[in-house]
Amino acid sequence: MIRRQQPSRRFGAGEQVDFVIVGSGAAGGIMAKELASAGYTVLVLEQGPRLSVPEYDHDEMAFFFLGARTNLSSGQPQQFRPTPSDPWQQRNVLLYGRTVGGSNAHFTANMWRMRPSDFNEASVHGTPSGTGLADWPLTYDDLEPYYTKADWELGISGAPGPFDPPRSRPYPMPPLPVKSSGVLFERGARSLGLHPEPTPMAINSQSYNGRPPCQHCGWCLGFFCEFRAKSTSMDAMLPVAEATGNCEIRPDSYVAKVETNAAGRATGVTYFDGDRNEHFQPARAVVLCANGAETPRLLLNSSTPRFPDGLANSSGVVGKYLMFNGNWGVSGLFEHPLNEYKSVQTTRMVLDWYETDPARGFYGGGGIDARFQQYPILFGLSGLPPDAPTWGAKYKRMLAEYYNRTMYLAVHTTSLPLETNGIELDPDLKDAWGLPCMRVTYRDHDDDMSVGRFLVERASEILEAAGGQRQWSLPVTPQTSAVHLLGTCRMGRDAATSVIDTNHRTHDVPNLFICDGSSLVTSTRGQPTMTISALAFRAGERIADLARRGEI
Amino acid sequence: MSERLNSRREFLALSGAAGAAFLLADAADVREALAWAASRRGQQSYTNLSARQGATLEAAVARILPSDDGTPGAREAGVIHFIDRAIGGFGAGAKPAFEQCAAELDRRAAEVDASQTFDALSPERQDGLLRAIEQEPYFGTLRTFTAGGMFAMPSYGGNRDHVGWTLIGQGREPLYTAPFGYYDAQAAGGGQ
Repeated sequence: MIRRQQPSRRFGAGEQVDFVIVGSGAAGGIMAKELASAGYTVLVLEQGPRLSVPEYDHDEMAFFFLGARTNLSSGQPQQFRPTPSDPWQQRNVLLYGRTVGGSNAHFTANMWRMRPSDFNEASVHGTPSGTGLADWPLTYDDLEPYYTKADWELGISGAPGPFDPPRSRPYPMPPLPVKSSGVLFERGARSLGLHPEPTPMAINSQSYNGRPPCQHCGWCLGFFCEFRAKSTSMDAMLPVAEATGNCEIRPDSYVAKVETNAAGRATGVTYFDGDRNEHFQPARAVVLCANGAETPRLLLNSSTPRFPDGLANSSGVVGKYLMFNGNWGVSGLFEHPLNEYKSVQTTRMVLDWYETDPARGFYGGGGIDARFQQYPILFGLSGLPPDAPTWGAKYKRMLAEYYNRTMYLAVHTTSLPLETNGIELDPDLKDAWGLPCMRVTYRDHDDDMSVGRFLVERASEILEAAGGQRQWSLPVTPQTSAVHLLGTCRMGRDAATSVIDTNHRTHDVPNLFICDGSSLVTSTRGQPTMTISALAFRAGERIADLARRGEI
Repeated sequence: MSERLNSRREFLALSGAAGAAFLLADAADVREALAWAASRRGQQSYTNLSARQGATLEAAVARILPSDDGTPGAREAGVIHFIDRAIGGFGAGAKPAFEQCAAELDRRAAEVDASQTFDALSPERQDGLLRAIEQEPYFGTLRTFTAGGMFAMPSYGGNRDHVGWTLIGQGREPLYTAPFGYYDAQAAGGGQ
């Protein structure tokens, strides 16, 4: 167990550090740990507060309906339109955890690796017309050692599956115990000749690295793990970073701008503290890990005469190619209680339709997993089938009947990168600090919805084969909100069409680096955290190496 | 409100299992909740609603989640107190909708019987009036806040003694061990 024996490093006001990292989520935590462990001084600036265990709760109302601990309640509004021909409406569509640990602190904890095929689909299948589908400038083999590093340094539980890409080490922990949803799903899937397998999760199935195993409380999604059994930036990486003595995590520090000098090098960042006083934090290098919404916004807010369209944006693609992953599904009712309110969100999945199959007539693929994913209030509002009464004695009876006998097959898909899907600065709307808000254009590509419909049909077949009494779903329609914020500062070899190179260094600013969901070239099949984590481990190693060789 | 079902067999299956979750609850808790609600009828005090509004809206939410079958509903859960508290805080924007809803229900009640307010009508009459307004936005607000008041943590003023969670069978333990439900227990070779 990494316990802080003494207070972690505290830098003085205006004291220059080697690296300032913006954001403490999945990528920021890993980056801090890697750079601090390599001996560099690291200051992590996190806009949100740092919560401690006594402050943890399971308050569905606060998190899901009042936006507590997220950017929904922080005075940071957004504007949204589906396409460039639609009018703007004020609406928050890009959602993230606004605390130390980021969204990663309260996520479902699915951890899917990409496969070799994810890295070069543009070459193999062609780029669908009107899209920006591109190959990664990396291969699976380049990233595999870091997927494995993430497995073992974070703590991932799982078991080999039939379609697994090669792995250099096994899972460090066996899968979590299967839930009723997983048993039924497996039964149905197997009877159809499919290949169900355990879900790889960033949740301890055993004691690991001094943290206890999951206690199956059922509150993973939206809430912090008081048992520290979830293998997150917050509990697995930041404490290690702090224990080096080289790293300070500074919460309530909202970075407004990356500063540069006349030579075009980053000099540090300007940020607001908890009292909204502005400070300049000097650093020898800046690493942005602020998520796929805030990282591009920060760059766009950091324009200079040299970079009139946003810092590091000579390509013009900062903010563009925003991808959400598709998320749709189908619910099923079973005869006996499943009690899905217990334990982790999901324990079984099928990846039989992971690959793009040109014979289907559309790009993309994805996976289906078995879960429930509803807490009581949401269930009361929308958990019953669409034809159920919405009030009265029968509505009440059905709530009692359905809650513990229902499961939900979640469909996760690719999203195509579109140049028109993206983030810009709003010319008028300002946040509570006076900074320009983001405005978001996003509409799923028709192929994304085709994958969604295809997998919802397959999921429906699995529920039927599993012996469900009835099933229901909502139509597959374009999404208007997202927690996966991807693609907006994409990696590439060509500075004209990408923002960062394969060392996560921005093409334009030699001591400015980016690693978070914005780095992704393609969307993954729907569980991007594993890839973001692997990229962060790799980037941390590359950046430390560049620093050691004096090349920053 | 139409209650279309796919088959009569489904209806029988559902009604046969009605209140199944309550079979797991402590019968004494259920009796206590009902007795408490009965004892407080007509004696509630509110902070942000008038006594008239509170009485009308409490009667309305008691039709959204009724206790006709002898199991606790929105009245017993204290949903009206969730609403009363919410409209003074995070739900302040919904206060006009509740005022409109209460006024409209009492106006329509007076049309039925000039001497009656909504809360004094029979449940059947109340349901009839609610059906007449169920497409109105303020009814949607009432329904939404009823779900919140029934299923949010009790610290918000509703879900008294967790009767809402007991209704649906949401567990209240801090941790669990496998097996979790019928099917994984069965697969593990045990019963439940």
